[in-house]
Amino acid sequence: MILFMLRMALKNALRHRLRALLTLAGIALAILSFGLLSTVVSAWYAGADAASDKRLITRSAISLVFPLPINYGEKIRAVEGVTSVSWANWFGGVYIEEKNFFPQFAIEPTSYLRLYPEFHLEDAELAAFIRDRQGCVVGRKLAQRFGWKIGDRIPLRGTIYAGNWSFIVRGIYTGRDSGTDENQFFFHWTYLNEWITQRYPRRGNSSGVFVIGIRDGGEAALISERVDSLFRNSLAETLTETEKAFQLGFVAMTESIVLAIQLVSYVVILIIMAVMANTMAMSARERTAEYATLKALGFSPGVIGWLILVESLLLCAIGAGIGISLTWPAVRAVGQALDNLFPVFNVANSTVWLQVAAALVVALSAATIPAWRAMQVRIVDGLRAVG
Amino acid sequence: MSQPAVSLRHVSKHYLRGGQVIDVLKDIDFDIAPGDFLALMGPSGSGKSTLLNLIAGIDQPSGGQIIVDQVDIATLAEAELADWRASHVGFIFQFYNLMPVLNAQENVELPLMLTTLNARQRKEHASLALEMVGLSDRSSHYPNELSGGQQQRVAIARALVSDPSLIVADEPTGDLDRKSAGEILDLLGQLNTELGKTIIMVTHDGRAAERAHAIRHLEKGELSALEMLQPAKV
Ligand SMILES: Nc1ncnc2c1ncn2[C@@H]1O[C@H](COP(=O)(O)OP(=O)(O)OP(=O)(O)O)[C@@H](O)[C@H]1O
Ligand SMILES: [Mg+2]
Repeated sequence: MILFMLRMALKNALRHRLRALLTLAGIALAILSFGLLSTVVSAWYAGADAASDKRLITRSAISLVFPLPINYGEKIRAVEGVTSVSWANWFGGVYIEEKNFFPQFAIEPTSYLRLYPEFHLEDAELAAFIRDRQGCVVGRKLAQRFGWKIGDRIPLRGTIYAGNWSFIVRGIYTGRDSGTDENQFFFHWTYLNEWITQRYPRRGNSSGVFVIGIRDGGEAALISERVDSLFRNSLAETLTETEKAFQLGFVAMTESIVLAIQLVSYVVILIIMAVMANTMAMSARERTAEYATLKALGFSPGVIGWLILVESLLLCAIGAGIGISLTWPAVRAVGQALDNLFPVFNVANSTVWLQVAAALVVALSAATIPAWRAMQVRIVDGLRAVG
Repeated sequence: MSQPAVSLRHVSKHYLRGGQVIDVLKDIDFDIAPGDFLALMGPSGSGKSTLLNLIAGIDQPSGGQIIVDQVDIATLAEAELADWRASHVGFIFQFYNLMPVLNAQENVELPLMLTTLNARQRKEHASLALEMVGLSDRSSHYPNELSGGQQQRVAIARALVSDPSLIVADEPTGDLDRKSAGEILDLLGQLNTELGKTIIMVTHDGRAAERAHAIRHLEKGELSALEMLQPAKV
């Protein structure tokens, strides 16, 4: 019985070839767009998602653009609960053209890379990097993007630190998982510091942020408070927060764009809901006499409702199946077309689940009214609908 | 005389339209014996279909009793009525009302989905019914691949497959040419004489009505006296 009815629902779904095809295409496209837009949204949060709860970021309480004295590091290390400290300076150089943007940081190599175990670097490469003052380490995707190899000389035009800089690739790191940013560029903080100290002695020996490793993520708030209280009432007060909060702070600046994208993705689903509801209503209405006949033969209204619901579910399942499977190639293509605007641009599992959920909502909402109506129609009225 | 197969007592049906009461059937009172073949005639709009639908249990009377095989179907709840129809009534419609997405075999099998028969038994019963209407060779054809007469024969196979005692036919030949109509009427006659089914048939066609044992005319919601054509075979 169930199998028989299932086949009937499937045949009903595909009855009007053109209508079924257009509906399927619509659902597939909507689910695909929804997946793409969701991927864009999650790419926005990739930095925050990849953040470790065992890392805190300390920066100037006034603004990120004000550096902190480098000797703060020693004091922070002494704070209870802190296991290690490193620091990084935003460099902001341009590689050939502005559009080739990627983030560059001047770091203290050993302590920094130890705090970021998600960046995998061969021991030999790490040693070579540490040895070469002018060396740099770059992410795998970044190297791929510009065709860099170990030993290549990379020219950067300084914007904050005006002048022509050049670095030699000593290592290429790979990410631990797909959520790891492989588009970063690291070089020696000492190299930058020398340059600054020579030209602007008073601006030397400072750092944009301190990265703090802590023993226990649960103590983040407590330790942040301990760190900040160390420097309270000093010339350079600090603001310490979890790496996640720090990253989210960046997202917040562009939050309205993210919201707009999210909104569009829901609107797409709303539109396909309306389209699908129309298709189902039309189909069910045309079959009024058939459903009335089934009822006359003794089938319950429940069976009629079930037939319509299953038809809707089948259409959405097929359409969504196509849409979801197209999401991966589409995301790859879009990622390339956006020229690596997002360091991490992958289809998240949560995105696929959202797509499935959206398809389910579309199927149920489209079937509800036609099914309810078909269940209510009196047999004699339904049979009259023949001609 | 044995219990009547169908007996109507003071059956009435009216519709409310724009605050106005429209009497379609007024105080209908008659019996049909088991194995009888009755033709219902009358002008368009006289209430023939309405009366047939009441007897078949797909419509509810405004008043009166409809007793079919000793069950007052007017008192049954909707779900009970559906079960009752599935086991007691075979339907034949003017426009066949087959499911376009099912082939002949599957259309005939459809009512058996409501029985406890297994797939193999359903298949056997359906094949047998198709054989009776002479369409064994068309079992895998879809309705749109069959002529009107053939579709109506499939519908007859569907009506008899669950072995109901009562068969209702609303203008079964209304959409057919004379030859096909003749074949359909032959089949109905066969169901009546060979399988002993009680048949009530609404028709406009005098020739078709002549195949029945008796004719009743309906006019302005009232029944004429019985017009006997041939003795009922009881
Ligand atoms: N749902 C309804 N609401 C109001 N009036 C109805 C309804 N159904 C039927 N009627 C009326 O009841 C009357 C009888 O209808 P019915 O279909 O039984 O006639 P009929 O004798 O079968 O006619 P025909 O030969 O044209 O099929 C008609 O006047 C019709 O307009
Ligand atoms: Mg009629």
